Amino acid sequence: MEPLIHYAPYAGWVYPNETVIEWSVAIVVYPYITGLVAGAFTVSSLYQVFGFERLKPVAHLALLTSLCFMLFVPLPLLLHLGHPERAFNNLLTPHWTSAMAAFGYFATFYIVLLIVETWFAFRPYIVAQAQKRKGPLGAFYRVLTLGSYDVSEGALRVDRKWIFWLAIAGIPGAHGLHGYVGFVFGSLKSREWWSSDLMPLVFLFSAIISGVALLIVLYVLSCKLRRVPIDLACVKGLAYTVWAFIIVAFVLEGLEFANIVYKAREGIEMIMAYVTGPLLIPYFVLQFGIGAIVPLAWLSYMIWRGTAGRALVLGVTLSACLVLLSVFMMRWNVVIGGQEISKTGKGLLEYPMQIFGKEGLISALALVVAPLVVLLGITRLLPPWEHKTAS
Amino acid sequence: MKREAISGLLARRHFLRKLGAAAVAAGTAASLAKVGAKTESVTPPKSFPTADYDWTKHRWAFGVDATKCIGCLRCVEACKVENKVPLTAHHFRTWVERYVYLEGEARPRIDSHADPVNIAASGSQREYRFANRYQNAKVEKAFFVPKLCNQCEHPPCVQVCPVGATYKAKDGVVLIDHEYCIGCRYCVQACPYGARFFDEEKGVSDKCTWCYHRITSGLQPACVDACPVGARVFGDLNDKQSAISLFVRNNRVHVLKPETGNGPNVFYVGIDKEVS
Repeated sequence: MEPLIHYAPYAGWVYPNETVIEWSVAIVVYPYITGLVAGAFTVSSLYQVFGFERLKPVAHLALLTSLCFMLFVPLPLLLHLGHPERAFNNLLTPHWTSAMAAFGYFATFYIVLLIVETWFAFRPYIVAQAQKRKGPLGAFYRVLTLGSYDVSEGALRVDRKWIFWLAIAGIPGAHGLHGYVGFVFGSLKSREWWSSDLMPLVFLFSAIISGVALLIVLYVLSCKLRRVPIDLACVKGLAYTVWAFIIVAFVLEGLEFANIVYKAREGIEMIMAYVTGPLLIPYFVLQFGIGAIVPLAWLSYMIWRGTAGRALVLGVTLSACLVLLSVFMMRWNVVIGGQEISKTGKGLLEYPMQIFGKEGLISALALVVAPLVVLLGITRLLPPWEHKTAS
Repeated sequence: MKREAISGLLARRHFLRKLGAAAVAAGTAASLAKVGAKTESVTPPKSFPTADYDWTKHRWAFGVDATKCIGCLRCVEACKVENKVPLTAHHFRTWVERYVYLEGEARPRIDSHADPVNIAASGSQREYRFANRYQNAKVEKAFFVPKLCNQCEHPPCVQVCPVGATYKAKDGVVLIDHEYCIGCRYCVQACPYGARFFDEEKGVSDKCTWCYHRITSGLQPACVDACPVGARVFGDLNDKQSAISLFVRNNRVHVLKPETGNGPNVFYVGIDKEVS
């Protein structure tokens, strides 16, 4: 049986109660998948609201991806709670001074919005299947129609209007959901590594790049699996999007770090010892170097040279994989990094990641993979590559 | 005439419908307010938590005279026993820090009884002792600093609790409703003093309450009672002649990390610039 406490080895002076790192890899995964939700929704909105026609082939995939990841957002939190059965206290009696209090409402609102938007987006397909299919699957689609079989041009116009307004409402919803995650950390004055006004923005922009990067990977992978040609204009559109947002995310993250170093408040010596020591590889090499600078340079080169064809797809997909790694490392470096620097400013801890257990590595991996499995299932029922949809 | 009667009837129906909706809304609001009461501090009953205790009549505070502390750690032991604190080196409602300046070193060496070297010296996590690790070194200055929850005026732990399970009582003590805490540990993160810990067995956060069950019965906190040298002072600031009132009045007192704006209510005498 797993021991109840996993205490963290430390060097220097740390408060005795700090020697258990309370927010584990599950809390790293939580903002990661929330970010993927927000980022994927951004792609969907770029098409639905801002009319980026190039992104049409991935618009519905983006919506489904957002929905699938959103379904799993509460899970790492539930795994983490000491009393998960009391989780609904958060909805019943929110304590409004807490940055966490609004989570339940935000998440519920956003899940409902995603479900409704998905329903409108896939309604013509659902109706067609309900009329065509027999047996349990036919019944399933008939239930999904909610009794509405009208797919006339007038009805579809109404659907498109709904999708447009839901997407508009979803933009602040998705970005608010994720910006607030940044606020959960940034608003704490107990840790210098977290306490930053830029934190919500840093979270938000890294979320956007992670979502776009995920869609690049999923789109290319889905085309390969379905053996259909990849829409190069779409890949290019996604590459431009991720390229532009990487610059913003990179500047914001750089500014945040520069602020900490330049202000040099109490405990800065320990922070510097940390970032140049244990955090050197996760922070400078993985998050900034390999995860941000390499894809930025690679994408810039491809845009400059006008790379096309296979090389473009390969370059953009690999860059997207690196961006996904970078954003995961950013979450890790914030959540775990913040706790590895002692509140005393005079010591460093070392997070002892567990392999098994509800907050271990295997659970964390499962939490990231599970939405993809659900996505695979949902794309069988509601294929996002069918263009005969409402929009 | 008939048309008028019908329109009158419709108007009345309309009015009744509105009235019904208003009643439903009022009922919902009332029930929400009832549930929402938990978001504020516990509604002050006339006496809480014992029949003869009125929390509006007290303003508790704590003093620590670091010049008196001898690092015997009886306070830590008393606290662990009194409050059934998990007997590990990672869970403390109160602890004692040791600051030692060695000759030729600019910064002090700091440790607590929870340090592995000190645990090795005592032989157990359940025995509290400071190892004599500096006996062969030239010590320029050394002192002990007892630590505990500061029961802040503006407690960040209360601010961040998403369900209102932790709250500030009228008498100034920050309490936790263990029946309501969801175990998210946001409060543990928010406390800049490391005063809170997570009780893995109970699945809830915990911290020092100045022995609330004792002080509301007219007793002193267990650590204060156990201290053999009077380094810990406790009392009611509303009583001008109480030990704590005299302590605060007769000394130039410090608080820890004043820049956080938390307004700590543990007042220190004899601490050094390196203590935070």
